[in-house]
Amino acid sequence: MSLFTDPRWGEALGHLPDYLGNHVRVSLAALALGLIVSLPLAILTRNRPTPRAVLLALASIVQTVPGLALLALFYPLLLLAASVALAWFGVSFSAFGFLPAMLALALYSMLPVLRNGITGLNGIDPALIEAAKGVGMTARQSLVMVELPLALPVMMAGIRTAAVWVIGTATLSTPIGQTSLGNYIFAGLQTQNWVFVLFGCFASALLALAVDQLLGLIESGLRRRSRVRTALGAAGIAALVAATLVPTMGRSSQSYVVGAKTFAEQYVLSALMRDRLQAVGLSAVARSGLGSSVIFEALKAGDIDLYVDYSGTLWANQLHRTDIKPRAELLAELQTTLAKENITLLGELGFENAYALVIPKKRAEALGIRTIADLAAHASTLSIAGDYEFFSRPEWAALQKAYGLSFRAQRQMQPDFMYAAVASGEVDVIAGYTSDGLIAKYDLVALDDPRHAIPPYDAILLLAPKRAGDERLRAALKPLLGKIDIATMREANLRAAGNDANSSPDAVAKWLWEKVGGR
Amino acid sequence: MPSRPMIGYAHVTKSFGALKAVDDVSLHIAEGEFVAVVGGSGSGKTTLLRLANRLIEADGGTITVEGDDVQSVDPVALRRRIGYVFQSGGLFPHLSVADNIGITPKLLGVPAADIATRVDELLELVQLDRAAHRERLPDALSGGQRQRVGVARALAARPRIVLMDEPFGALDPLTRDALGDDFRELHRKLGLTTVMITHDMTEAILLADRIAVMRGGKLLAQGTPVELSKSSDAYVLELLRTPRRQVERLNALLLQSGAA
Repeated sequence: MSLFTDPRWGEALGHLPDYLGNHVRVSLAALALGLIVSLPLAILTRNRPTPRAVLLALASIVQTVPGLALLALFYPLLLLAASVALAWFGVSFSAFGFLPAMLALALYSMLPVLRNGITGLNGIDPALIEAAKGVGMTARQSLVMVELPLALPVMMAGIRTAAVWVIGTATLSTPIGQTSLGNYIFAGLQTQNWVFVLFGCFASALLALAVDQLLGLIESGLRRRSRVRTALGAAGIAALVAATLVPTMGRSSQSYVVGAKTFAEQYVLSALMRDRLQAVGLSAVARSGLGSSVIFEALKAGDIDLYVDYSGTLWANQLHRTDIKPRAELLAELQTTLAKENITLLGELGFENAYALVIPKKRAEALGIRTIADLAAHASTLSIAGDYEFFSRPEWAALQKAYGLSFRAQRQMQPDFMYAAVASGEVDVIAGYTSDGLIAKYDLVALDDPRHAIPPYDAILLLAPKRAGDERLRAALKPLLGKIDIATMREANLRAAGNDANSSPDAVAKWLWEKVGGR
Repeated sequence: MPSRPMIGYAHVTKSFGALKAVDDVSLHIAEGEFVAVVGGSGSGKTTLLRLANRLIEADGGTITVEGDDVQSVDPVALRRRIGYVFQSGGLFPHLSVADNIGITPKLLGVPAADIATRVDELLELVQLDRAAHRERLPDALSGGQRQRVGVARALAARPRIVLMDEPFGALDPLTRDALGDDFRELHRKLGLTTVMITHDMTEAILLADRIAVMRGGKLLAQGTPVELSKSSDAYVLELLRTPRRQVERLNALLLQSGAA
């Protein structure tokens, strides 16, 4: 199949109105807010060296924070603000998605606007400011009629830089729940769908270029005092905003939102659940690529309605438990604890996605390793790789403690690359996931955990507090409970890891539904 | 001494840190007078000029403009009723010639149509071709044309007083001569009261009714060229002798080459 006839282009195009619309809205809102804050600050501090230096230093510090981290920081910050607002003023707002993304991006846009604003205003010939005074202008008139127009080219250059930065960085707002063109990129990276990755990159680059050109048109219009150019540029931006509002107007706010974390299994399961809801006539959308700390809070706050989590993850991260209980007891305790927050643990899907130490089958046989206890004897000569959170998770501490594990070296890796890395011998052991299809594909083996250091990780379906009594929803999801065994999920995940048209989450979800008894 | 001064300085002082830029200066400029303030760089002549429209605030003494103590008048209103011609024009580069000229009437709220008429009048007055120059940006003008626009802008709100800060200093000699003469004629025709700053005594003698000489912040002497020639101050006499000596040397050189 040639690159151009790949049906995934069509699928990508289908998401475009939603992704692009949200991307434009959050970027332009952030840019507007950034300008509203930065321009007056630039004007106020232009003749005051100390506050000016402080302001520029602060803006520079913000800029050194990576975009992803800045966006991630705003979520807990707003969560805190939201709870304070609710407790003190009885006002509730969502700390999820648009608001944290817009605020973080606005902050990100400030440096170029401030720096160029101040440079532009300070670069004006003092004789001209004197002349403005001399012909009888007030300080305000001098600013509006002389200083701002003269600083305009430099200021606009800053605004254009900010626009390009914000549009680019907005692709990183997917994990905090803001739909953007980043959804293509995150989904594409997780499911090895390079068509999506390319599509997302091109779309955001084109958008950045388009907005930059429109701002350029406004700038040249203002500079040449051509109303036509200014109006054309402004109309272009207004049209962009208007166009992005159209698709949302049709959408009912009653839609069920199905959440998904940032890996392929979650993309597939959320697509499956969305399809189930739609099949019984409910309106549903999948909101994929959410960070694992964001997703639970989003459910609690009702920003998403349902998602699949794993018992051991909630046990450690939400209940902050370090002890390990047998599967059934753990689930029961989890259910009662979640119920106190009005979250419904609807049931298990039937498979477990636990961490497991994984090595190539041949290597295991050669070294005579079958369990983690066997591995411990060789650990000092071996290297281990895990995903970005594994080595800071309690499971790792528990494993080290239970088996006295001490590896020669440890590395962090993108989950999808770990399996290939251990298969090729680049690392000796990986902390993989038991439901991952790549274990079979690369002929790897997950080692037994005889001392039960790793808690059970049953996939469980959670419902938001506001959906607790929703019988239609429960009925729609019921056919999935207990139906997906580990072999089926592994095969689904393997399919999703492929790089062809049948590997898209939607296609795999359909396959999975047929497999578990639907039709 | 004329009856009522249009501009009056009485014991005016202004310091910048330790530097006394204007040191106890008293000077009266009568209605219709053309006064040139002559001095070298750092003599305080520019500061003296800017004190009159409060581009610089005095430390001590009293300054009156048309009878009003400038401290009792809103500085913005004061500047709008005094024309000011800046060194090398001070034109706003982003505004057309017409918009530059019409700026003060616009600030005063004059209707756009009236401003347009006034701009045409002024272009004619400073002898610039209306069609060719009206919509140009200052960068597209020669130095002399720019200064003519500067003069037109200063006159736009029909001020009775015009202050000029070395207006012709940066121009080539021919342009400078023509512009000086033209302005002198405008001064007479419009009944202006003009104070002009210059470092060039020849220019001062040719254009002004009266000359004030500044040095180190002090007003050394004031009067007509004839009155100044009776001054006892060596610097004033030296300044006055310079033009004449230049002419004599010039004549001698020209005669020599003619004889050859």
